[in-house]
Amino acid sequence: MTATTAHDEHHHDQPKGLKRWLYTTNHKEIGTLYLIFSLAMFLIGGAMALVIRAELFAPGLQLVNPEFFNQMTTMHALVMIFGAVMPAFVGLANWMVPLMVGAPDMALPRMNNWSFWILPFAFLILLSTLFMPSGAPASGWTLYPPLSLQGGNSFAFVIFAIHLMGISSIMGAINIIATILNMRAPGMTLLRMPLFVWTWLITAFLLIAVMPVLAGAVTMLLTDRFFGTSFFDAAGGGDPVMYQHIFWFFGHPEVYIMILPAFGIVSEIIPTFSRKPLFGYTSMVYATASIAFLSFIVWAHHMFTVGMPLGGALFFMYATMIIAVPTGIKVFNWVATMWRGSMTFETPMLFALGFVILFTIGGFSGVMLAIVPADFQYHDTYFVVAHFHYVLVTGAVFAIMAAAYYWLPKWTGHMYDERLGKIHFWWSTIWVNVLFFPQHYLGLAGMPRRIPDYAVQFAEFNLISSIGGFAFGIGQLLFVWIVIKCVRGGEKATAQVWEGARGLEWTVPSPAPLHTFDTPPVVDDSVTAHKDELKPQIPA
Amino acid sequence: MKRTNELIVGLACVAVLSVVTWILLAVGDNMSPGVTPFSRSVYELHMFVMIIVSIIGVLVFAAMFTSMILHRKSRGAEAAQFSHSTKAEVIWTVIPIIILVVMAVPATVVLIDMEDTSGAEMNVKVTGYQWLWRYEYLEDELDFYSALDRDSNYARQIGSTLSPHEVENYLLEVDNRVVLPTNTRIRFLLTADDVIHSWWVPDLGWKRDAIPGMVNEAWTLIEEPGIYRGQCAELCGKDHGFMPVVIEAVSPEEYRAWVASMKQESVASENEIERLWSRDELMAHGETIYNAQCATCHQVDGSGMEPAFPALANNAIVTGTIERHIDLVMNGRNGTAMAAFGQRLEAQDIAAALTYTRNAFGNATGDMIQPAQIDHLQQQFKQNEPEGGLASIGQSSP
Repeated sequence: MTATTAHDEHHHDQPKGLKRWLYTTNHKEIGTLYLIFSLAMFLIGGAMALVIRAELFAPGLQLVNPEFFNQMTTMHALVMIFGAVMPAFVGLANWMVPLMVGAPDMALPRMNNWSFWILPFAFLILLSTLFMPSGAPASGWTLYPPLSLQGGNSFAFVIFAIHLMGISSIMGAINIIATILNMRAPGMTLLRMPLFVWTWLITAFLLIAVMPVLAGAVTMLLTDRFFGTSFFDAAGGGDPVMYQHIFWFFGHPEVYIMILPAFGIVSEIIPTFSRKPLFGYTSMVYATASIAFLSFIVWAHHMFTVGMPLGGALFFMYATMIIAVPTGIKVFNWVATMWRGSMTFETPMLFALGFVILFTIGGFSGVMLAIVPADFQYHDTYFVVAHFHYVLVTGAVFAIMAAAYYWLPKWTGHMYDERLGKIHFWWSTIWVNVLFFPQHYLGLAGMPRRIPDYAVQFAEFNLISSIGGFAFGIGQLLFVWIVIKCVRGGEKATAQVWEGARGLEWTVPSPAPLHTFDTPPVVDDSVTAHKDELKPQIPA
Repeated sequence: MKRTNELIVGLACVAVLSVVTWILLAVGDNMSPGVTPFSRSVYELHMFVMIIVSIIGVLVFAAMFTSMILHRKSRGAEAAQFSHSTKAEVIWTVIPIIILVVMAVPATVVLIDMEDTSGAEMNVKVTGYQWLWRYEYLEDELDFYSALDRDSNYARQIGSTLSPHEVENYLLEVDNRVVLPTNTRIRFLLTADDVIHSWWVPDLGWKRDAIPGMVNEAWTLIEEPGIYRGQCAELCGKDHGFMPVVIEAVSPEEYRAWVASMKQESVASENEIERLWSRDELMAHGETIYNAQCATCHQVDGSGMEPAFPALANNAIVTGTIERHIDLVMNGRNGTAMAAFGQRLEAQDIAAALTYTRNAFGNATGDMIQPAQIDHLQQQFKQNEPEGGLASIGQSSP
């Protein structure tokens, strides 16, 4: 038996071409698939956003009819949430969690393959509704009945697609939990885990808890629409508001599903480029867990205007306000991490700092929205649109960008073009604010969300916002180019890549070989990013 | 030396960020203080919370920028290695909690006042339809619909020759305004007929969802006469952006005069129902009604927007038996956007619209439907309605 065959027995023959990607059970390859898929969805969802911004460029209807406009707002949200942000985080988890905990692969590699390959089909089904006679869903991504039930037969495809996305997410979450709890290298105790791993562990539990709730809610919509039940039809003894309660019981934890891993990413990047351990590691873990717990008891703040009893409104207001405390702890800890550090400002750090500032602005408007009497004014206006785009675009998406720049050298073995990366950051940051900041003003001035046309007093800020939207959107093509350029070649990356980087993922060569940690590494405090004394694991 | 540096740079950052924040607050639009005691409380609450978060933002970002300016490797900064401080962590847990309590107290007071709808001097029931509002004055027994005005509706069409800038109050004007007396405690009962809508006039300080099968309550007391504009705030289908709310607040005396004139109009309308209409009258009135009520979906030329909104030209129902056509228009079709117009429009409006559609767009049935025929059906429907009617609705809500 030659050495080669012995090797092949251990790691099976690589199929070539399409089959390689279709059959792969390797966490790195599946991670790459997730990330490419997410990028494609980001561009599709972004194109839909540009249709919206183009129509809102000036008062009057110029380009699309209101029905199609509503299809765009609905599909933009569904594609961005379930197609771009969530798969991006799952892709990052696939790539990085095994590397960070010293595991050879994900715990359930075949299920990993399946949970990815469901997604392209789910989105093929969802996007195909755009070409069906009754059109794509047009009732907003929340699919509130009775409006959502007025849709045609394509509605069944939408629900099936959502079911598939849910199955994919749940399988991904199970896999991540199983990997983190069972596959950690010796010495990698829970409280030595990098914060990205911690935040994903908590996120995965949120996913398992709430995706079935969404599946239940949309299944009830399905039977109401096609099988004559009346879960949400008052005329048949049902209650349209009950749907909103069920939906937001899913929907609010979903919001944190899209931000907790971002907290994790930023907690990796800021210490690296500050050359200083993460401040308050333990309180970061507890803050994450607190936010996750609170996310289950604040859902009705999305629906203060449905008319709820005073006691209910007060409870949900107080519970929502409390979230500001653990979130504040996180922001303060990041600032304290930077404080008296030795900072450099490579692109990942720039995006991470952009995240901290702009996400905090989104957090501030979140506190304002929690104040029930004021929410009676803010609710369903552009103020809310500005709020959630600050936390999702300059929050989640900026963190994903930061992560991509941070780990691209590890994935490809090449440094990306730092000059272009910085241009990408500054371009995005300037225009994203031109895009979303004026929307605060629009909401306060009284412009409702989800309208294709508006009164002329809203014209100026909509014009500014649309200009920002197009500039921001076009700027993301630069990101695509930077990634392609980095994959093709560039300066060779070292194993550690960044001078201040700590953690197991920086102990493997760049690019990370297909199989890593076949023999578990031994972990002690010297390799963890949050240790008081920094002992370089690898000589620079 | 280093500490002084941090303090000086920190204060400079605070100064710069304060100016930036002030500019951001000054250049943009802000919430309207409105014209009711509640809207003013909400405005004060909004400003209070916004200023607090702005101050926190300035301080936190100043600390960040100070660090970014001073603690950079290119300035030769050596990284300190501290990684926790129990004292600091306790401080930045406790202080936010105190600030939140300071915000929660006034918010609670205002909310309790808002939710107390007792002591109303008059009640207005608001019903949302796709895509117009119905207003019923329970004490004064008025009942009318309010939809987007004709000019806005014309200007909003794709390819319209009329620019939105040429229409006064584009998208914020209606055919029938809601006239309300000032300095009167008014209770609103909000519900909907088809999907969820949300009734919102920013100057009153609140919006409240109008939900089919439920009745929500809210109240207001308008202190200043004037015209206050708002619109539907909950996505309710394709014309969600085109169902404004316009309130005309007048003195109680002027309000009484308005009620009297509305009553007279309604008597005149009764006479219209009873007389026999000519074909030309029906066709002319029918065209007006059709363009106002039907054309958004079925289009002015009857071509519809397949598949959601069928064409009426050569339509099997429109050119079929009169009974089936009347039934569809009056009772609507469940599960589609086709609303029940039976109780929404006057008998002569329905009769004229029916006559018009059966004889326009190349449909040549030659039929004529008289208002009295429709009125007869409307009366039958009303008799079958459960007892109690409007008056009992308000009391059933929690």
